[in-house]
Amino acid sequence: MRGSLVALAVLLTLAAACARKPSAALTLSGSTSIQPLAEKWVEAYRVGHDALTIAVQGGGSTAGVQAILSGTAQIGMVSRALSPEERRQVHEIVVARDAIAIVVHPTNPVGDLSLDDVRDLYTGAIGNWRALGGPARPVSLITREEGSGTRTAFEGSVMRGQTIAPGALVQDSTGAVRQMVGSDPAAIGYISLGLVDRSVKALRLNGVPPTEQSVDDASYALTRPFLFALRGEPSRAAAQFIQWIHGPEGTALTRAEGFLPPLSEPAHARQ
Amino acid sequence: MRGSDRYVERTLQLVAFSSLAALVAITSFIFKEGAPFVFRVGLDNFFSGDWHPTAHRYGIGYMIVGSAVVTGGALLLGVPLGIACAVVLGEMCNASLRGLLKPLVEILAAIPSVVFGFIGIALLLPWIREHLGGPGASALAGALVLGVMILPTIIAISLDALRAVPRSYRDASLAIGATEWQTIWRVVLPAARSGIVAAVILGVGRAVGETMAVVMVTGNAVQLPHSALAPLRTLTANLALEMAYSTGEHRSALFATGVVLFVVIVVLNALAGLARRGAGASHRKKAPRVAALTATHRETEGATPR
Repeated sequence: MRGSLVALAVLLTLAAACARKPSAALTLSGSTSIQPLAEKWVEAYRVGHDALTIAVQGGGSTAGVQAILSGTAQIGMVSRALSPEERRQVHEIVVARDAIAIVVHPTNPVGDLSLDDVRDLYTGAIGNWRALGGPARPVSLITREEGSGTRTAFEGSVMRGQTIAPGALVQDSTGAVRQMVGSDPAAIGYISLGLVDRSVKALRLNGVPPTEQSVDDASYALTRPFLFALRGEPSRAAAQFIQWIHGPEGTALTRAEGFLPPLSEPAHARQ
Repeated sequence: MRGSDRYVERTLQLVAFSSLAALVAITSFIFKEGAPFVFRVGLDNFFSGDWHPTAHRYGIGYMIVGSAVVTGGALLLGVPLGIACAVVLGEMCNASLRGLLKPLVEILAAIPSVVFGFIGIALLLPWIREHLGGPGASALAGALVLGVMILPTIIAISLDALRAVPRSYRDASLAIGATEWQTIWRVVLPAARSGIVAAVILGVGRAVGETMAVVMVTGNAVQLPHSALAPLRTLTANLALEMAYSTGEHRSALFATGVVLFVVIVVLNALAGLARRGAGASHRKKAPRVAALTATHRETEGATPR
C-alpha cells in the first residue's frame, strides 16, 4: 500500500518535471478569425524550430488582449482595431489583412449589393429577398455575438451607428455562420474572406468582388487588419516568429490561405 | 496494516472534502462577481429585455423567458415519453426486452450534448425550415432537442420511483380483480407520484442548464419569441456565447446571469429533494434506492399499505 503511494508520488513528480521541460514556449490567443491562419503559420514555422512549442488558442479578440494582460499568452490575436483603452496597455503589429465577405446561399440569385442594401437588410428595413431581385423569401439574418472582432469591424464599416435587428440569429464563430448560411437558402451572413468556401457565395459590394486585388487596391469596401497585440518588448522567440510571418515564407503562406500580407507601412488607419 | 488503513481513510476524507471545497469556491466566486452587479444596475434594469452590452445595457429578461419557453416545450415532449418509457421498463416488459432497452436509455444519456446539437443543425433545422418555415433555428428546435436530452433523467428516476412501490400494492390490486393496466394507472403510478415529480423537476434542471446543444439550435437572438418558429436566447447560451469576448462590466453581467441560473438550479434541486423525501415517507422509507435494497426484507415482513 505504502509502496504504491510512493510510486505514485514519484510518477507525479516526474510528470511535473516533464511538463516544465520545453523552455521556449509561445502561446497565441484570441480571434477565431485569425486562429486558422495562425495555426498554418505555426505548423510551417515549427518545421525548422523543433525545440519551440507554440500553442494557438481561440476565444476572441477581446479575450486575446485579456490573455496577454493576464500573462496567460504572449501574443494576442486581434481582428479589429484596438480600442483606445487597449492601446494604452498593449501595442500592435499588423500581421495580415483580411476582407469581410458578405455571404449568401449559393442558390441565391442576388449577386451584388450596395453597402446601403446590406445595412437595410441588417436593420430589418428590407425583410424579403424579393426587394433585391431575389426569390420571395423572408431574409434570415445571421450575425456574430457582441464583442466579436468580425462583428465590431462589420458594425463599424456597414451599420454606421444603426443597430442590427434583434431577430438576427447569433452564431459564435466564423465556421458556425458559414454552416448556417450554407444550409439556409434565405440566409445572409458575414465572414472573413479567407474562410469563404464553396458552401457559400460571396457577394460583390457596389459591383466590386472581394478578391486579393480589390482588397489590395482598396476598391473593396470591407477590409480590416489582423493584429498581433503585445505587451512590452516581445521575447526573442516571439520576435523571430513575427519576423518569419513578415518574411517570404510567411507572406506566401498568408496568400495561400486567402489572406493578404500587411502593407509595408503599418495599416492602422484602414478601419 | 492498521496504520495504512487510517492513512487511506484520511486521504479519502481529504479528497471528499476537496470536492465540497470546489462547490464552495464556485458558489462564492459567482456571487462575488455577479451579485454586486445586479444591485448596481438595479433589479428593474437587470430583469428588463434590453441586452446591449456594448451600449452598457444589461437586461436578461428575454433570456429568462427564452429558458422558460424551451424548457416548457422540452417537458411537453420529454415528460409523457419519459414516464411511458419508465412504465414499460418497470412494469410491462420481460427481462430480455428490458436487457435491451435499459442499455439503450443509458447510451442516450452518454451522448455528448454537442452531438445532439450537431444532429439538430444537420437534420432538424433544415427540416423545420422546409416544412414549417422560419429560419429553422427556433424555440421549437430547442424544445425538441432538449425534450430528447432530458429523457434519460426522467426515465431513470421515474423507474427508481416505480421500483420503490412495494410489490404488495400490485399483488393486492391484481388480487381484487384489477387488470394489469388498471393496476399501473390507479395504483402504481399514484403511489410513485412523488418520485415521478422529482424526476420531472430534475428533468427541468437538466433542460435549464443545458448549453451546447441549445446554443447550436435556438438561434440565440435576444428577443421575445413571438412564435414557436422564432429564434430565442437562453440564459446558458448567453454565458457561453459572450464569455470569451467579455471584459469589465459585461463580464460581471454574465456572472450575474450565472447567479440567476445558479439560484434556479439550486431551487429546482431542493424541490426535487423534497419530492423524493415525500416519496420515501409515503412508503415508510428514506429514499427509493434504499427501498430497493430493503425490499426483500420488507416483503418477508409483509409491508403495510398506507
